[in-house]
Amino acid sequence: METKNIMIVGVGGQGSLLASKLLGHLLMEQGYDVKVSEVHGMSQRGGSVVTYVRYGDKVSSPVIDKGEADYIVSFELLEAARWLSYLKPDGQIVTSTQQIDPMPVITGAASYPENLVEKMRSAGAKVDALDCLKLAEEAGSAKAVNIVLMGRLSHYFDLPDQAWQESLEAMVPPKFLELNKRAFALGKNA
Amino acid sequence: MRQLMLGNAAVARGLYEAGCCVISSYPGTPSTEITEEAVKFPEIYCEWAPNEKVAMEVAFGACLAGKRSFCAMKHVGLNVAADPLYTMSYTGVNAGLVIGVADDPGMHSSQNEQDSRHHAIAAKVPMLEPSDSAEALAFAKLAYELSEQFDTPVLLKMCTRVAHSQSLVELSDRAEPEMKPYEKQIAKYVMMPGNAIRRHPLVEERTRKLIDYAETSPVNRVEMGGTKMGIITSSTSYQYVKEVFGDTVSVLKLGMANPLPVKLIKDFACKVEKLVVVEEMDPIIENHCKALGLAVSGKDALPMEGEFSQNLVAEKLGGAVHTGRSIDDPIPPRPPVMCAGCPHRGLFYTLSKNKVTVLGDIGCYTLGAVAPLSAMDMTLCMGASISAIHGFNKARGAESEGKTVAVIGDSTVMHSGMTGLANIAYNQSNSTVIILDNSITGMTGHQQNPTTGYNIKGDPAGKIDLEALCKAMGFQRVRVVDPYDLKATDAAIKEELAADEPSVIISRRPCALLKYVKHEAPLTVDTAKCVGCRSCMKIGCPAISIKEGKAHVDATLCVGCGVCEQLCGVKAFQSTKKEG
Repeated sequence: METKNIMIVGVGGQGSLLASKLLGHLLMEQGYDVKVSEVHGMSQRGGSVVTYVRYGDKVSSPVIDKGEADYIVSFELLEAARWLSYLKPDGQIVTSTQQIDPMPVITGAASYPENLVEKMRSAGAKVDALDCLKLAEEAGSAKAVNIVLMGRLSHYFDLPDQAWQESLEAMVPPKFLELNKRAFALGKNA
Repeated sequence: MRQLMLGNAAVARGLYEAGCCVISSYPGTPSTEITEEAVKFPEIYCEWAPNEKVAMEVAFGACLAGKRSFCAMKHVGLNVAADPLYTMSYTGVNAGLVIGVADDPGMHSSQNEQDSRHHAIAAKVPMLEPSDSAEALAFAKLAYELSEQFDTPVLLKMCTRVAHSQSLVELSDRAEPEMKPYEKQIAKYVMMPGNAIRRHPLVEERTRKLIDYAETSPVNRVEMGGTKMGIITSSTSYQYVKEVFGDTVSVLKLGMANPLPVKLIKDFACKVEKLVVVEEMDPIIENHCKALGLAVSGKDALPMEGEFSQNLVAEKLGGAVHTGRSIDDPIPPRPPVMCAGCPHRGLFYTLSKNKVTVLGDIGCYTLGAVAPLSAMDMTLCMGASISAIHGFNKARGAESEGKTVAVIGDSTVMHSGMTGLANIAYNQSNSTVIILDNSITGMTGHQQNPTTGYNIKGDPAGKIDLEALCKAMGFQRVRVVDPYDLKATDAAIKEELAADEPSVIISRRPCALLKYVKHEAPLTVDTAKCVGCRSCMKIGCPAISIKEGKAHVDATLCVGCGVCEQLCGVKAFQSTKKEG
């Protein structure tokens, strides 16, 4: 199988490491070669962060380049737009509609672009946008946005629900498992 | 058993399987997780040392005593530890000694982009360079074999993409090598001139033997494919080459960065029409090829700076480049910022307000340089703030003494700040040093240090009293202030700058991200009171923005530190804490 590429993008501290751990486990269990590339250190402090997940028969590069992503999973709208050029021509964006102002916007040095979902669609991207923060809060914690997004992403994968559930059980601490299962289901069925 | 494992965790696994017993490290991105993963194995003693030089000397002592040992650091940490490294090359080892060093091409979390292969060459120490997690594990084990076979410390070089990428590894059991007997060998281990003179020829002889090893070892391998182009590459660059070209080109993949083979490279060059070197950062393999008289392409096409990627390699070497789409709107950048509730914010706001010249240091607080605080004039390396303020004040005298401070974190002052403090106390400059004590090593992800009172496992440990330390060094004026209290912070800075002797201000409050730190309820803005004056915007808090002309607090980010509240002239901020 040709290598498939998933990017997880967002703002440092939003929980992308758990999302990539879940995907990594899931895809390894399906028998694929998998590489996951993460960002640690300074960029995590509220900066733009990106995680690359690649899987297939044999994966070489740990990173995803422009025009290569089959899926971009985004925790935040501006970040989806920032990484748009990494999407394949027929790639799919799955994004939360949450907006977090970066410091240049907060200080008034720049403005947050409007109607980003429409603009990305006009540029030819397939965009699935939903209010993941609201769904996460409904599940019991604003921190579960990552798993709501994973639930939504599972729509596009030809994998049994059982496989996702097993990876959730393997990767999420037991104390938070029920909450995250609710978050996953809310994302999936939204 | 097959596992998906972070490169750094794979190094730790390799150390475990090789029977490593002692690890001493100083945290530094992207090397930190090696030691954090290794400490999970009860068979290995692990510690955070105050700095990389100490860490390397601890590891040397343990190897001298007869146990396999290790230390980890980032590329710039190897500069700090260069002193023991260059002479350990002469003494050699007793049990195996491996040094993990992690470069950061692209500077994800570093102040420079230096190539640590130069240290391996200059110190005449072998260096292995894995390209994924499976090799990270295997090379960590191989490094011990080479260390003991060739009587040398061995460098294991990671880079950000190998250190922080997960890929599949196979696990094996731990070997338990016998402890080596310790024998007194003055001629081998006491490096005074008379002995060192006799050791140096052995180092040169060892390098010749290591070159022979590099010629035939499977650590360097040829993957013949198409012969129009032959690419010599290593580390993560190998992965980009394979991604772009697959088997359409021939590849010489070097797993050993120092010393480089001669015959292997010449033979490979003969088999291909065009020879190209693909290596990140400096042209070390390329210059080696040129010294062998080979016609080779490399940095004429590929950059010295930044990380490579498959598209970059494809673009420069004639592969298929992928492109994507974009929207017309400019996308505002999202640089890293101090977290909401960061104790450093109140301090930097006060420095900015007082227009103080700030000589900075390495840590989260380097973000004090970012707008709107913009309260930093210099950042160089660990500890430089304190040494440099002394030089700055000696050069400008009274003119600068009253308006210049050094800022340095608790972990950084332990790492390299104490010698600078000793210099101020000894050579007498009227300097003001601010220690930003957030009770943790923050930027690298919360490691304990000698001032926190806990060890790497989180167990109670020795605790250095910063106030007592500064007083013992001769500072009469040492005071502690809470940076959440803007009035007290302002008074402390003004008074200590005005004082006619050196002083230390300890700005003390734990990092807001620490698990034990209890957050207050988020604040909210009474929009009837808010006049939209933007006073609260001067602190650059990511939780505060202006919505429809009024201040707005993001309740998911705010931790109720109250610094913004102190800047509001109309008392528009209110706590959301429920009464009773």
